[in-house]
Amino acid sequence: MPDKREFDRDSISNTLLVAIGLSLVCSIVVSSAAIVLKPVQQRNEELFRQQIILDVAGLMEPGGDVEQLFAAIEPRTVDLETGEYADAGDPGLTVDIPAELDIASIGQRPRYVEVYVVMDGGAVEQVILPVYGKGLWSTMLGYLSMAPDGNTVRGLRFYAHAETPGLGDQIDKEPWRAQWAGKLVYDGGDEPRIRVNKGPVPPDAADARHLVDGLAGATLTANGVTYLVQYWTGPHGFGPYLKNFREAS
Amino acid sequence: MSETRKVLIDPLVDNNPITLQMLGICSALAVTTSLLPALLMCIALTSVAALAGAAISALRHRIPNNIRIIVFMTIIASLVILVDQVLKAYAFETSKQLSVFVGLIITNCIVLGRAEAFAMKNGVVMSFIDGLGNGLGYSLILISVATLRELFGAGTLLGYPILELTSNGGWYEANGLMLLPPSAFFIIGLLIWGIRTWRRQQVEKPEYQIHEVHRTEVF
Repeated sequence: MPDKREFDRDSISNTLLVAIGLSLVCSIVVSSAAIVLKPVQQRNEELFRQQIILDVAGLMEPGGDVEQLFAAIEPRTVDLETGEYADAGDPGLTVDIPAELDIASIGQRPRYVEVYVVMDGGAVEQVILPVYGKGLWSTMLGYLSMAPDGNTVRGLRFYAHAETPGLGDQIDKEPWRAQWAGKLVYDGGDEPRIRVNKGPVPPDAADARHLVDGLAGATLTANGVTYLVQYWTGPHGFGPYLKNFREAS
Repeated sequence: MSETRKVLIDPLVDNNPITLQMLGICSALAVTTSLLPALLMCIALTSVAALAGAAISALRHRIPNNIRIIVFMTIIASLVILVDQVLKAYAFETSKQLSVFVGLIITNCIVLGRAEAFAMKNGVVMSFIDGLGNGLGYSLILISVATLRELFGAGTLLGYPILELTSNGGWYEANGLMLLPPSAFFIIGLLIWGIRTWRRQQVEKPEYQIHEVHRTEVF
C-alpha cells in the first residue's frame, strides 16, 4: 500500500477498484451463504408445510415426528376442470382465471392440483386442499380441510403470508382460526356462502353457520381470506371436486 | 479500557440511538407488537451493526468519499442477507414472523448512521464495540416497548398468557391500540420524557424562541 499522504483514495482508479472489488467480495459472500444454507432452509420449508397439513387435519401430535405422521396422508392429483382424480396430470399446466372470477387476485392457477386425502379404513375421512390468494400485503398460502360431506370445513391454516404482525397475522393464530371448524361452505347450491363477517358474528344471524368473526384492524386481510376460500371452493376452484363428495354423501 | 467501556455503555442510555439520536424509529414501531420477534430483531440488528462497523472501519482508508454511502449500503445489505439466510435456516418459525423486517435493517438509520459517524473515523475494534453498544441501546428500547405492547395489547409475554383476557373468561380487556403502530410512538415518547427527566443533560436547548409578533410591529 502506498504512503497514506500520497495515496489518493478519491482517484478514479481507486473508486473503480473499491466498487468492483467490494461488489465481487459481497456477491461471493452472499451467494455462498445462500447455497450452503439452501438445503437446511428447504427442509425447514417442507417440514413446516407438512406440519401445517397435519395440523389442519388434526393429526399433529405434540413432539411427534412430522415426516412419519405425514406418511399416513395420501397425496392425490385432482383435475380441477372435471373434479376427478387425474394422477397423471401435468402439474406445470396453468389456466388463466377470467378476471370476473378472479376474486382471490391470483391471475392463473394450475389445472392439476395436489390434494391430501386422509383415509379411515376404506372411506375418505377428510380431504386437505391447497388454497391461496392475495391479502393486504402478500399472497397468503394455506390449506383448507374439508369433511367427506364436501360441505363442512374441518379447519383452515396458512403456512406462508406477510400480513401485518399483530393484526392480519391473526389469520393463522388461535383462537381465530379455530372458528373455521364446523362452518358450512354451501347452502344447497354450488356458490360458496362461507365468509369472514365484518365484526363479530351476531349470535342470532340467520347465516351464522357460514360466518366467521371479523378481525378488528385487519379488514383487508380478512376480505382476502374470504375471497380465497370462496374462489377455491367455488365452481372455478375445487367446486366440481367437492360437489362429487356432496352428491355421494 | 475506560474508553472501550464508554463506547459500549454510552449508547444504552446517555447516547441511546432511539431516544437521543432519534434513529431507527421505523422498525421500533413495526416489530414491537410482540416480544419474540422484537428479541430476534435486536439480535439481528446488533450483529449487523457490529459487523458493519468493523468491516467499514477496516476499509476506511480506502473508501472513496464520493461513493462511500453506496459502499456502506453494499456492506450492510450483504450482512443483512447473511443474517436473514441464517435465521431462515436455524430460527425458521420466528423468522417467518419477522418477514420483511429483517430485510429492512438495510435501511435502518442506526447502522448507516454509526458507519458514517463512527466507523469511518475509528479503528476496527472500537467500531465493532460501537456497533455492539448501539445495537444494545436499540435493543433496550425495543424490548421495553415490545414488553409493554404485548402485555397490554394481547395479555401475553413471549406468547405465554400473563393477564387473563375477557375473551377467555378472564378480567383483562385487551387494549387493541397497543397492537397498532401509534402506540409505539406514544410509548417511545413517554420513554424519552422519562429519560430526560432522569438525565437532565439530554434536554435540548431551544434553538430559538417563538417571537410573538404584535400587529403594530408588522406595519
